Amino acid sequence: MSETSVAFADVEAVPTPVRGANLLRRSMRLWRTRIGVALVGLIVLISIIGPYIAPYGPSTPVGVPNANPGGKAVLGTDYLGQDVLSRTLYGGRSILVMAVLATALGLIAGGAIGLVAAYSRNALDDTLMRGMDVLLALPQIMLALVAVAIIGPRTWVIVAAIALTTVPRIARVARGAAQPVVERDFIACSEAMGVPRWRIVGGELLPNTLGPLMVEASLRMTYNIAVVAALAFLGLAPDPNGANWGTMITENQIVLPVQPWGTLAPIIAIALLTMGTGLIGDGIARTAAGIDRARGEE
Amino acid sequence: MSTPGAGGTAVAVQDLEIAIESTGTPVVSDVSFTITPGEIFGVVGESGSGKTTVGLALLGHARRGLRIAGGSVRLGEQSILDLSEEQLRLLRGTLVSYVPQDPASSLNPALRIGLQLREVIEAHTSLAGRAVDDRVAEMMAEVALPVDRAFLRRYPHELSGGQQQRVGLAMAFANRPRLIVLDEPTTGLDVTTQAHVLSTVRDLAELHNVAALYVSHDLAVVATLARRVAVMYAGRVVEIGTADELFQSAGHPYTRRLIGAIPRLTGGRSLVGIPGRAASPGRRPHGCAFAPRCSLRVEQCETAMPPLVMVGPDHEVRCIRAAEVLSGQQSRAGDPVTMPSVAEGEQPALRLTDVVASYGRTEVLHSVSLSVAAHECVALVGESGSGKTTVARSIAGLHRDWTGAIALSGTELRRAARQRSGEERRRINYIFQNPYGSLNPRQTIGQIIGQPLRVFGTASGREADRRIAEMLERVSLTAGYAPRYPDQLSGGERQRVAIARALVADPTVLICDEVTSALDVSVQAAIVELLGSLQRDLGLAMLFITHNLPLVRSIAQRVLVMSQGVIVEEGDTGQVLTDPRDPYTRQLLANTPSLEAAASEAGLGGPPADIAGG
Repeated sequence: MSETSVAFADVEAVPTPVRGANLLRRSMRLWRTRIGVALVGLIVLISIIGPYIAPYGPSTPVGVPNANPGGKAVLGTDYLGQDVLSRTLYGGRSILVMAVLATALGLIAGGAIGLVAAYSRNALDDTLMRGMDVLLALPQIMLALVAVAIIGPRTWVIVAAIALTTVPRIARVARGAAQPVVERDFIACSEAMGVPRWRIVGGELLPNTLGPLMVEASLRMTYNIAVVAALAFLGLAPDPNGANWGTMITENQIVLPVQPWGTLAPIIAIALLTMGTGLIGDGIARTAAGIDRARGEE
Repeated sequence: MSTPGAGGTAVAVQDLEIAIESTGTPVVSDVSFTITPGEIFGVVGESGSGKTTVGLALLGHARRGLRIAGGSVRLGEQSILDLSEEQLRLLRGTLVSYVPQDPASSLNPALRIGLQLREVIEAHTSLAGRAVDDRVAEMMAEVALPVDRAFLRRYPHELSGGQQQRVGLAMAFANRPRLIVLDEPTTGLDVTTQAHVLSTVRDLAELHNVAALYVSHDLAVVATLARRVAVMYAGRVVEIGTADELFQSAGHPYTRRLIGAIPRLTGGRSLVGIPGRAASPGRRPHGCAFAPRCSLRVEQCETAMPPLVMVGPDHEVRCIRAAEVLSGQQSRAGDPVTMPSVAEGEQPALRLTDVVASYGRTEVLHSVSLSVAAHECVALVGESGSGKTTVARSIAGLHRDWTGAIALSGTELRRAARQRSGEERRRINYIFQNPYGSLNPRQTIGQIIGQPLRVFGTASGREADRRIAEMLERVSLTAGYAPRYPDQLSGGERQRVAIARALVADPTVLICDEVTSALDVSVQAAIVELLGSLQRDLGLAMLFITHNLPLVRSIAQRVLVMSQGVIVEEGDTGQVLTDPRDPYTRQLLANTPSLEAAASEAGLGGPPADIAGG
């Protein structure tokens, strides 16, 4: 009988394997992914349309400082008498933009380095990965702090510093995921045919490592949001007086017992966002693991 | 039901039923047999037949997602299926034990083997200290492994596959169980190692009066080892009887077809595969599960499941036309193969001259020379580590560390595939051992077969689609396969796709590296048949690499036997297989299990028969 060697029971139990872009669609069957997407969607929506629906400008004084919710300010006012709701609606953009940019850059560079290292299987592999180890030794926040201290708190500096610390983490995962794929015969088959190296890496290796890469990317995204917010909290935002969730927490933390909303609103926003990205990552990971399990049985 | 004189029954399985836990769909139904002490009972079936599931049920175990739904397994007086998990744990390793297929994964890689052997004894007996050491030494001697301290201090990875499997056997026999379940314990081993392991199993079972259940897909191995055999198909026993009877005069069409699919050392006949595939659980037909693939099918077969009927003493068959099958001739194999003769003095399509290849400082090929003419199929036979795959990889330009000359139609080739011209790469093609690894799981079958067309610029667009469809037809698939993905295909279908990819760009030289070793016998027969006919039709020069000597018979004109990086024998297939000159070839042939050899040993007798209830 020409049934595959997959044991019977598994034939039924294993879902039809997932491939490529299908992974995202497929992971949407899990409730955790749906909740994650809803949370992230909500925060992204707020960050995009927030400035247009905010009742006041981010720096417009609307009343006495530290006023409790009520009257003109729905969530009260902050330490300078600015509207907390408006500042929260304005404050997501820069965090989101910087975290997304840093993660995307880290994913592209780290993915490329990891895949090339795994594919080369020679001295280049060692050189690249030892370089990654050096980068890995630098604490994320410290590197960003030093970079900002030297060059100044510009958006690109923060993005570059965070991207740089994201690269080695993604690279390690990419290499680890690609290593068993490199040994498989379809790679040898392409090599025997003389398919160009870049095409083997991009066309054969990358699609087969997409699952772990997406999981790692969503995890890095979660961390990077936290790092960007933490830098702003430490006063290292591109616009130190502008509306930024991290900055807001610093500014209003002293009056927490009196007017908690100035701190709570941005904290809740950041928490919802990172929970959302975390849940999406988890959903993708579980879906991808479904593939791996099916493949392991073959 | 036990017959006197056989020492009673060691194991009795009655109406065993195993189902998928969530849906209740039966996976194994209606399985009954008995094993007497000291007897080796064989369970034969292809992948998915439920043979391993039955083996595990004898340990009271069901794989995740499965449930033992009914029936009984009695070990002596004890009913195994009624025991609690804790009682089963005590039972395993003492009364019953298990030898898995892959010894490497059953031994803990982080612990020395001496410690692992001690653990088995200490966990189940009250022995301690020196007594355990003595016991370990005894066990090692039984499986013919060195008993010295240095050997016991080794880690599993420092042992060869055969040694690992012997350690597995030593552990299984350690506490003198009443029953041992062996699940394809020799599948990954060379024939020589396999022969040693098999004789160890036979001796130990006899010596300690242990009942053994030997699960295998290899009929020849089972025929040499077991006295009684059950053939399983789609979760049911379709035939059960003594090995001699079963292989001499099988009563079920499936058994007959299966035997016809086994390659033979004698007589160059084509192999005949079984068309179609077995239905998976839940999709099995209402009547006889084999009916859709059976040439003797009548209407009645499809309406009701045929019962096991007694056709002789200790021989039962699940077929309503068993009497007709039995009276018919056992079809040995297909038609004789007529190999095209090769013109003498012609420029060989592929010629290797004094090729020396190494990995780092280790030389693995020592001055290998061979040639393959157009229209010729040359088999390269050798055990693992003989260097046969290195030959293939060097020819394909995947292994670069070699010296000497490899010439394609007289033109010398560069070492690495990338240094060769596109035309040279197009003309040599390679089919890999494992069709599960050689197809990119993220590409459709159409994309996979079309890859050579894209790479070599042979065809594109509609012309490429046409050639892909044509190629799919040639390998007995349909154009409808093009949009599917590899994981939707069976092993045999995947290997057909790999063949289609290799042939789509019109190569002149085809290298087949163990292309059937990952497949079932009936599928292997069909693939070899296909490759042979394609090779003859297209006039390809084919280098067929295998460890399976009998397989060579039905496909190759010439055979090269390789051992430790040297070609030790070369000659016409018939001559090498019937009258080998080199001692290594002779040994290889002697160690190859075959139905013929098993038959010639028949009649030596064993304990009186014990008929399975039903």
